[in-house]
Amino acid sequence: MIRKAGQTGLTYFLITLFILFTAFPFYWMLITTFKNDNELYRNREANPLVFNQAPTLDNLRLLFNNTNYQTFVENSLKVGIAVVVITVLLAVPASYSLARLAGAWGERLGIMIFMVYLIPPTLLFIPMSQIVSFLGLRDSLWSLIVIYPTFTVPFCTWLLMGFMKSIPVDVEEQAMVDGYSRFGAILRVVFPLALPGILTVVVFAFTLTTHEFIYALAFITTSSQKVISTGVTSELIRGDVFFWQAIMGAGLLVAIPVALVYNLFLDRFIAGFTMGAVTGK
Amino acid sequence: MGTVSEARGGPKLLDREGFLAVAMLMPAVLYIVFLVGIPFVMAVLFSFSDVSVGSPTIDRFTLETFNDVINDPVFRRSLQNSFVFTLFAQGLVLILATVLAILLNRNFRGKWIVRLLILLPWATPIAIGAINWLWLLDSVYSPLTWILREVGLIGAGALLGPRNVIWLGQETLAMASIIAIHVWRMLPLSTVIILAGLSSIPQDIQDAVQVDGASFLRGWFQVTLPLIRPILMVAMLFGIIFSFTDMTVVHVLTRGNPNNTTQVLASWAFYTGIEGGSLAKGAATAIFLMPVLLGVAILMLRVARRTEVR
Repeated sequence: MIRKAGQTGLTYFLITLFILFTAFPFYWMLITTFKNDNELYRNREANPLVFNQAPTLDNLRLLFNNTNYQTFVENSLKVGIAVVVITVLLAVPASYSLARLAGAWGERLGIMIFMVYLIPPTLLFIPMSQIVSFLGLRDSLWSLIVIYPTFTVPFCTWLLMGFMKSIPVDVEEQAMVDGYSRFGAILRVVFPLALPGILTVVVFAFTLTTHEFIYALAFITTSSQKVISTGVTSELIRGDVFFWQAIMGAGLLVAIPVALVYNLFLDRFIAGFTMGAVTGK
Repeated sequence: MGTVSEARGGPKLLDREGFLAVAMLMPAVLYIVFLVGIPFVMAVLFSFSDVSVGSPTIDRFTLETFNDVINDPVFRRSLQNSFVFTLFAQGLVLILATVLAILLNRNFRGKWIVRLLILLPWATPIAIGAINWLWLLDSVYSPLTWILREVGLIGAGALLGPRNVIWLGQETLAMASIIAIHVWRMLPLSTVIILAGLSSIPQDIQDAVQVDGASFLRGWFQVTLPLIRPILMVAMLFGIIFSFTDMTVVHVLTRGNPNNTTQVLASWAFYTGIEGGSLAKGAATAIFLMPVLLGVAILMLRVARRTEVR
């Protein structure tokens, strides 16, 4: 009994240390966002981890009214939505084909497609930037809309393959007995059943695009065309002066919703990542 | 859509599995071939050429680019750094993530909020995470410096001297900072992957280990560790890819400074290829990521095959 209590105590203690490491930077973001200039820069003896003066909303006002932040958010949304649409249109049929129709080839081809996801942007951005120039998309959001599916499609196809396999074949056969063609059965019966999987893919395709940094940095230099990840890290700086509170606020407003969504879909995400190396539930 | 009637009257093309398989797969495959396959080949061709932004067509093939790249001391430092960063970061991540996964596999209250807080660094776009650390490691306003001063490690006659710590201005500290940020960023993903492996171990095996009265550590090394080895492998391989090929942390934090001592392959490729306009040199630099990626891909396939057989 005592040993058990000791163990629980140790568990909590160690977990607290881990949380300090992972979450402290976010606390620092939060508190910085609401500090006024005077407190942030002048009062250097005071404890920086708490508010010594009244918190202020001025920094968020600056962020929304005097910077391009809203444009960055809009751009990220536009790119995200367009990429999600392309990804779903390509990955949903492909994953069904790999899971059901391609036979023994399906699994192998599926793994190959997943491997494509592992080719990093840092290996491809130089030829990609030439292709983007060739297509006349430099400095345009379209460059990202065209290029981002190169990593969302492989990952999402792989993730969806698992979902497609879990749908019983009987349902399809019944639909075909009822008079649907094979394709009709897929459209009317299988895809609706795969909806939770498709929703997962929508979420991850979207978050993957908000995470991307390197292509956005390489293809786009005009401020009004930047997305959140490149805009916040370059446009909220004037010369050498960082608008730290605004930067922290901008980051926080992105980080928190994305983290909440990730948490909801975590288990499915891991299933995709572990490539079935985790057996059972 | 009238699929039913079409299928009844038409040549039943939509019933033929072979046709459907190809028709449904092709759009995705073509997209990947055109926009990953072709750039991939171009990346290799570029590195054996002399293309630049000024003359973007390949006039001739040459090994000179590689020669120039390899003889550049900054490149050598970048290559070395890429390995050092990845090795240290992944070593630490694997140990910490395993410990954290064991803790999270226990039952305790408030688990979901703990999970959310642990997950934050991975869920945040890395560029945002990196700029957050840039402020955390500020040479004047860093809260870490303030804490060190409060506990008496900085000050007149203290262990670290009277001056503030310049986290990113000095070689060793800057490298350590970058490694720490990679650990911070990769820890959540590795933890949840390992946790998935741990919780997939059947309950009766977990119970048997405890009933046997084997000490925790012995039971862990003899029973649990062999069982989760494939999953540890997966966690490590992903970690290696994400750390080895990342340039965001270095770009936002130091841009490779002081004096290119924190430069990595990916960032150096970006600065020479995109900012410097020497496409060939940039491509040739990035090509050095390939051997490691290939190794990881082969290992990944072996893990996949083993689970497929089972």
